[in-house]
Amino acid sequence: MAIIKRKFDAVIVGAGGAGMRAALQLSEAGFKVAVITKVFPTRSHTVAAQGGIAASLGNVTEDNWHWHMYDTVKGSDYLGDQDAIEFMCRQASEVVYELEHFGMPFDRLENGKIYQRPFGGQSQNFGGAQATRSCATADRTGHALLHTLYQRNVQANTQFFIEWMGLDLIHNEQGEVLGLMAMEIETGEVMLLHAKVTLLATGGGGRVFQASTNAFINTGDGLGMAARAGIPLEDMEFWQFHPTGVYGAGVLISEAVRGEGGYLLNKDGERFMERYAPNARDLASRDVISRALTTEIREGRGCGNNADHLLLKLDHLGENIIRTRLPGIREIAIRFAQVDPINQPIPVVPTAHYMMGGIPTNLHGQVVAPYKTGPEEVIQGLYAVGECACVSVHGANRLGTNSLLDIVVFGRAAGDQIAKDLRKNLHHKPLPITVADKTLARLARLDGQKNGESVAQVGDLLRQTMQTHCGVFRFADMLKQGVVKINEIAERVAHTEIHDKSRVFNTARVEALELDNLIEVALASMVSAEGRKESRGAHARDDFPIRDDDKWLKHTLYFSENQRLDYKPVRLKPLTVGSFLPQERVY
Amino acid sequence: MKQLTRARWRCRRGLLELDIVLQRFMNERYALLCEPELRQFDALLDLSDNDLWDMIKIKTEVSDTRSQSVLQLLRAI
Repeated sequence: MAIIKRKFDAVIVGAGGAGMRAALQLSEAGFKVAVITKVFPTRSHTVAAQGGIAASLGNVTEDNWHWHMYDTVKGSDYLGDQDAIEFMCRQASEVVYELEHFGMPFDRLENGKIYQRPFGGQSQNFGGAQATRSCATADRTGHALLHTLYQRNVQANTQFFIEWMGLDLIHNEQGEVLGLMAMEIETGEVMLLHAKVTLLATGGGGRVFQASTNAFINTGDGLGMAARAGIPLEDMEFWQFHPTGVYGAGVLISEAVRGEGGYLLNKDGERFMERYAPNARDLASRDVISRALTTEIREGRGCGNNADHLLLKLDHLGENIIRTRLPGIREIAIRFAQVDPINQPIPVVPTAHYMMGGIPTNLHGQVVAPYKTGPEEVIQGLYAVGECACVSVHGANRLGTNSLLDIVVFGRAAGDQIAKDLRKNLHHKPLPITVADKTLARLARLDGQKNGESVAQVGDLLRQTMQTHCGVFRFADMLKQGVVKINEIAERVAHTEIHDKSRVFNTARVEALELDNLIEVALASMVSAEGRKESRGAHARDDFPIRDDDKWLKHTLYFSENQRLDYKPVRLKPLTVGSFLPQERVY
Repeated sequence: MKQLTRARWRCRRGLLELDIVLQRFMNERYALLCEPELRQFDALLDLSDNDLWDMIKIKTEVSDTRSQSVLQLLRAI
């Protein structure tokens, strides 16, 4: 197959907040930038971020970056790298004011300053009173951010390749990354983008779980590309779950329902949260409730024919309260659960929400790995930012509204670092003759496969297996079986068949290629979770219920080759202030 | 054929709520649309995720009445 080749200074994969913030930095500096994106940029999953962007502006209550840093380290259950966390929290105010200057329409206080709202996990004075730190544009902060960044990028002549899918990184024998193989979804045409630098900003891979709040596009494409190129994935055992996603659909039912007096029931009609959290009951923290739901299901008290979900009851609140205070929730229940909560409880299940792990980077967005001699050597030519990266500011658990901050701070930092590197390194490195072979072989395999497996069926099995064996609450035997099962599924992924071989907008082909990425995310998560013999943040093990800092205050690195695990120390030393040493995490 | 496959891909969105509703629509209703309705649907897919979802969910008034009939179908899905 003849492949078209094009040259760019920088190729960015993904046009969410992280990719577009980096692209803007580079285009404005005059570099030739290509941004590859599966969907129109303003339809990236960043659009789903409602809560806001955390920054210690102190517009409502007194605040400073050091308090924000403390909250983030504590929230991460001490697994976050404190140099990166200091870097992020110190830059937060500056990046928010910069967005304001770009034209982002933040909500305002009466005095004209940016409005801020309080969020869980935010404190004043290192664990004191509630802080008010999240800057928002109503419930559309992500939407406003994407539109602002897209407009600026258009003005700065960033070149977007819309409805293109990144397939594989290309590299030479020394492991230097030389660009990307990509496919135009409209035509099926494959292109080689030869670049001085490549930035992965492909977002999360939450679609590996059967119950997921993530949009269908979140298939971990950057992680799949990295794993296939021999690059490790960091801390993939850490997934944040929300306790009440609609059973079968994943759409979130917000905590507001339980705040109004709704509560959870098992199949016996028992209000089971009373057993797990006698005081807070249905208002306990997300991870506590998620674990309780999972235990009820595992012990046979789940509801429905498969005993695989619980019920959220709110009919006792009365029609009037439901109609006036919870109209959006009622709408979601009717549409996605086919129940009207005025009469019937809503079936719910803990639902995967955010991936804390990802491609290991330093705070300049450079991808780092134990590559030649050191544990964190820079891989030449490759950068990663956003949910697909692990810098690691979220550690074992992310705080609300720190994700938008992450993508803007590190998107900008990566843009700056790339600009610096491009100024030093003026030439494209030569391409090995065989550079496209692996990708073309993968496409040819898919086109030529006979008597193969259905992409949808294997994908469903993958998602069920992750949900059952690597969900909220993890059990030794289930993880061990899970590793075997997910490897069997990986074998089947290698033999998928698509019946539609046409070139034009072939969604079946795209989904088969996405499954190649999902399986890498699933393998990394299952193997890493089986390996970590403690409970920390979002990783909760039945057999090791306690955090073990002596043995496990370290990051996991998963290598797809031989599914090898390695570990590296947590960076406990911040840039300028003293370390926050591990303490028991109590809220 | 291209119109169908193109629409199917453009139903991939940033919000899960829309992914689900649009996928149901593609499976259950799309084949029954007439030519003007297909154009309406295309126009709706050009909207931002939040705007489209609000139209379907909160039933915001639509100033452009040309999209009304397809929007009614989406709301009923």
